Amino acid sequence: MDSLICYLPKKVNIYEFDWLFLTQPPKRYWEETENTDQRRPEEEQGTAVQNQNKSTVKERSLKRKNGENLEKKDPFPGEAPIPHKQLQKFQRGEKYKVPAGARRRLKEAIISSEAMSELAQKQAARYDLLLPEDAGFLEGDEDEDTNTISQDDIADAVDITSGSKYFNLHLSQFGPYRLDYGRTGRHLLVGGKKGHVACIDWQSKDLMCEMNVMETVNDVKWLHTEAMFAVAQKRWLYIYDSKGLELHCVKKFNDVLRMQFLPYHFLLATASATGFLQYLDVSVGKEIAAVCTKMGRLDVMSQNPHNAVIHLGHPNGTVSLWSPNQKEPLVKMLCHRGAVRSLTVDKTGTYMVTSGLDRKLKVYDIRAFKPLHSCFLPAGASCLSLSQGGLLSAATGDIVQVYQNVLGSSPVSKPYMAHRLRGQIWGLAYCPFEDVLGIGHGEGFTSMIVPGAGEPNFDALDTNPFRSSKQRQEWEVKALLEKVQPELIGLDPGQLSKVDQASFEQRHKEQVEALGFDPLAKDKFKPKTKKKGRSSAGAIEKRKRKVAHEDQRDEIRQTVQERTERDKEQKEKSNEKKKLGNKSTLDRFRK
Amino acid sequence: MAADEEELSINEQAISASEDEEGSDDERKHKKLLEAISSMGSRKRKKQNERSEASVQVSEFFVNAEGTGEKVNLSDLLGTVEKTSGASNKTKKQLRNLQSSKETLELPLNKQQTEKIQRGIAYEKTAAEVSCWRNIILQNQKAEQMVFPLNQESPGPKRVEQVVAGWKVQTPLEQEIFRLLHINSQPVDDPVLTPVEEQSLKAMSLEEAKIRRAELQKARALQSYYEAKAKREKKIKSKKYHKVQRKAKCKDFLKQFDEMVKTNPEGALEELKKMELSRMEERMSLKHQNSGKWAKSKAIMAKYDDSARKAMQEQLQMNKDLTQKIVVPSDDEHESNEEGLETIPDFVNDSEPVIDSVNPWMRGQLTHEEPEVSCVTTEDVQTAEEENEEEELVGEFERKRKLRQADEEDLIPTEEEQPASEVVEEDVVEVSDKEEEDDDDDDEEEEEEDVSEFNTLFRLMRSEKTLEEDEEGLLNEGQIRVRNIEDLEVLGEFVDPQPIAEPSLPRTAAVEATSEPPYKKKREIDLKEVLTKEAKAVKVPFLPTVVDEEERDEQISIIKEAFAGDDVISDFIKDKSKLEAAGRPEVVDLTLPGWGEWGGVGLKPSRWKRKRFRIKTAPPPPRQDQKLPDVIISENRNASVASHQVSQLPFPFQNTAQFESSIRTPIGPTWNTQSVVKNMTKPKVITKMGAIIEPMVKEDFIKNKTTTPGGKGPAIMLGENKRAKEGTKRSSEKHRGRRSQKRRK
Repeated sequence: MDSLICYLPKKVNIYEFDWLFLTQPPKRYWEETENTDQRRPEEEQGTAVQNQNKSTVKERSLKRKNGENLEKKDPFPGEAPIPHKQLQKFQRGEKYKVPAGARRRLKEAIISSEAMSELAQKQAARYDLLLPEDAGFLEGDEDEDTNTISQDDIADAVDITSGSKYFNLHLSQFGPYRLDYGRTGRHLLVGGKKGHVACIDWQSKDLMCEMNVMETVNDVKWLHTEAMFAVAQKRWLYIYDSKGLELHCVKKFNDVLRMQFLPYHFLLATASATGFLQYLDVSVGKEIAAVCTKMGRLDVMSQNPHNAVIHLGHPNGTVSLWSPNQKEPLVKMLCHRGAVRSLTVDKTGTYMVTSGLDRKLKVYDIRAFKPLHSCFLPAGASCLSLSQGGLLSAATGDIVQVYQNVLGSSPVSKPYMAHRLRGQIWGLAYCPFEDVLGIGHGEGFTSMIVPGAGEPNFDALDTNPFRSSKQRQEWEVKALLEKVQPELIGLDPGQLSKVDQASFEQRHKEQVEALGFDPLAKDKFKPKTKKKGRSSAGAIEKRKRKVAHEDQRDEIRQTVQERTERDKEQKEKSNEKKKLGNKSTLDRFRK
Repeated sequence: MAADEEELSINEQAISASEDEEGSDDERKHKKLLEAISSMGSRKRKKQNERSEASVQVSEFFVNAEGTGEKVNLSDLLGTVEKTSGASNKTKKQLRNLQSSKETLELPLNKQQTEKIQRGIAYEKTAAEVSCWRNIILQNQKAEQMVFPLNQESPGPKRVEQVVAGWKVQTPLEQEIFRLLHINSQPVDDPVLTPVEEQSLKAMSLEEAKIRRAELQKARALQSYYEAKAKREKKIKSKKYHKVQRKAKCKDFLKQFDEMVKTNPEGALEELKKMELSRMEERMSLKHQNSGKWAKSKAIMAKYDDSARKAMQEQLQMNKDLTQKIVVPSDDEHESNEEGLETIPDFVNDSEPVIDSVNPWMRGQLTHEEPEVSCVTTEDVQTAEEENEEEELVGEFERKRKLRQADEEDLIPTEEEQPASEVVEEDVVEVSDKEEEDDDDDDEEEEEEDVSEFNTLFRLMRSEKTLEEDEEGLLNEGQIRVRNIEDLEVLGEFVDPQPIAEPSLPRTAAVEATSEPPYKKKREIDLKEVLTKEAKAVKVPFLPTVVDEEERDEQISIIKEAFAGDDVISDFIKDKSKLEAAGRPEVVDLTLPGWGEWGGVGLKPSRWKRKRFRIKTAPPPPRQDQKLPDVIISENRNASVASHQVSQLPFPFQNTAQFESSIRTPIGPTWNTQSVVKNMTKPKVITKMGAIIEPMVKEDFIKNKTTTPGGKGPAIMLGENKRAKEGTKRSSEKHRGRRSQKRRK
């Protein structure tokens, strides 16, 4: 038996699988016969108990414990535990329990799906380990406001690479500037009001292209990659490539004032001075929808990154939410007493921050459409921007203020950072994955260091700041394959995973509306033409009458039948009553 | 007296019987008569089958039915038994008992009922039989993934322990054998492998095995290519082509022979002998003597036709050439010296057997002796010299063929220098080098491309290996391939001092070169250039930035004044109320004024009528923005998403919540880790390519249930795997049997 015990641990590693089936250890020829003879009675004793595999396993383990060369016991058996917090982070919806009287198939389906989602959740939580970066913040000394720390001080204090992220571009000629960062955060696009457009790899300060379009530039926007960008010029919308070559002049889109690009839908949404909200699918170059908002000039625009709904701010103080699928706003909310000057939505789609002419800054919960808090800025905010880390920057005149913890429930009291610039601020945008705020103003462009602004971990398969051109191409193909259709845009992005509970009638109605005709409708009865005078007007009428109201006939017949039955019953009842009424107590003795 | 009386009575009975008989005779006659009469009628009556029986009272027309209603009693029969003496008492008693017992045997059930019962029983039986499948079917239905064919054995060899369990030494012969084995360095402890086995495992690592496999694969491929080519060439019917080729071969051979005379006089001598033999044959035969049919016809034509004359002359010339004696240029002394030096002649190592000893053209080994590179160069020179295009072409063919041949020969590792064990490495190097040259060739054929593919693979593996070896420093051990036990013995002694640093060195250098990142121009970030510092520093930008709303009544009033013109709030409220009103269902008024009462100007339909004919529809569900005064939420349904949504609940689910929860986890790689995605999207059924999927056999799953008995059983127990194999075999046999039966049918 001892030899057997020695034998086990060595083998288990190699032929683990086979061992599960072998109830008896193999015997070697060099093992002496006496030994086996000794073993026999033991086995016979054992066989009574041993029939089940479990018991044998137990025995083995016991024997192993008693044996000479003990296997080292794993002090942490099983899989490493996952912290509850991490698990919760990746939880999707509530766990569904199997109902009490569930059938077998239902039970199996629920159990398997639950197991699968649990596995997915656990694995994701485990892999969360691979996101080690953490965001930090600027912390002042005691009784020192962080907003008094100047950018120069910060740039001096930090390492040289980070320090180089604070810079100014003096472009006083064609000012004020609008700007946009690419999705990966490497590329910067600036567009001066007076026609100056330039795109820069801002980290290496590599100028990709620079030109003057010789027209008013209202807005600039990167498309899905850094290879293309859209410029809203005086009349039309233009698309250029990164070398500055004009690719398209989209004449369907006129007088565009603001643009937003929806990266997962490949949609460029534009808001024009004529009050039109238009969607351009850049993957196929088609206009998906044009919505007449009937709200006047649209110069305040933002997108909800969570559900790709476009938010528009209007002069009458309302903010309206739009999707390309509806001709009327999904939601219209009154936010300010004066006109809305600027608005922005955070990346989770939970909060919206607006500022208006009434010099108020309001934070809304746009899941419930309820204001959380509002505060008063003496100068009012002309531009707003929310960073990935949740910092809010507001441009008040020539000063940029950055607020921390705006999205919490408590109102803010003082800014986290502030920076004064030379001219009027025109554009404000945080750089993704960087602690940098880009400011476009009358005198050019300023890149400002805002510690804690960017998301520290990036998804290399989605937005990789360090991707090569090959990777970019591959990403582009994949992104195009995974393109979300514009029909799926709505307030609830999870709408697709829900069962459509509309009634048949409603669906049919919608179908009729969409098709323009009723696919289920019967075609009208058309009497055959017959000869020998049988197709006279009268005869035709007669024939028509034969089939007239055929669909209603059954119904009518049924109702008539029901009515007659009811009448009959009533009559019988009344008869019985009558009889009862006539009867006297003595009637029972009557024979 | 009594006896007399009895006798009398018997007599009487007999008489009466005779009388009866007479009577019955009469009766019969009468009947016949009647029948005859009836048959005389126009109609032929169907003859009734009637049972006739001899009895005392017979009716006028047919047999008396008296006594038919009564049952035959046992007592009636028993009377005679009692009297017979032969019957045993026992049977009599039994019969008596039977008689006394009043129970009668029941009638057998009618056919329908018996069949019904039988069907029921058969159903139960088959149900029981079939029900043993139920578990396995259920299990398969439940299974997330099925892999067909079901009984897949793990590939690879198995240890004896796996196959045979519980086997022990019994016979004295076996004991003797094992004792011997025991003595002779066989392991006493129980490692899985014996030291010899382990050694052999070590001798051939996985990489080596892979390399070897690739090598063989390549050799096979080359061979097949060559064969295919030869076949193709053989099929060419052009006589001219063959002629040209033959000539080229001849030339080639001569050249090689010349060289051989220098390098390998022994071989040359052999060749010479062969040539001599062919000369003799030529002399003996009438070939090329212009005596054949063709030659005669040409002779007739020769008068008029120039070409025919030429052909005849050519024939004669050929004969002359062939019969000419060959002069050997090499001197004998040198040869003898050479012989003295070389103990073993080279051609001993020739791998290719000489197919046709007489025909020197068929001998491919001539090229073998030469180094391949030089061969190529000489050939190149030769081709340059050739002026004839065809010959050039043929030469090209030849060269390629030779190259390939050389490859093959290289791959079959027979090098004179290495005794006993071969060094794979060098062969490989040669092959790869040569193939590189080949690749350089302008006109590559498809086959060669394939070959080069092989080579790249091969080289890759080799380079990996060499790198590894460099790291490990185990240079020699990796090279030696041991094939059998004899080699193993050598293994201990054999120490090859040859390092293979030379081939590995340039490779590592190349690797370094590739790993070195290409020089990239990096821009120095000059802060002074880019950043221009502002002179004015913002000290304390704004002290009271945020002021509470309620405290600033003044400002509010100012703003109110500013926006007095456009009352935003009231506009919004109006808007909302309008929308709400639009959402409310309208009351349908069906009143017909003047119907059933007076109508006209100034007359309204009565109140009762209005009440009766105004139909109110049910109010719609409350608006989403009912409790949000400053929000208007559109109540329109998003029909565009609806077309993509699931509209009917799929089968096992009973409500929407169940279904929605089951699809709440996305399965795409965007949201999940790779392993989870694989797990989630794994196919329901996997089939092995090319494998026949047999229907399931009972043995397959029943064997899982029956556990192997421990003590009792046959002396040699077969392992699980073997049994499974048997099961499959049996099943396959069964199927085959079935199929053959079908065919027979």
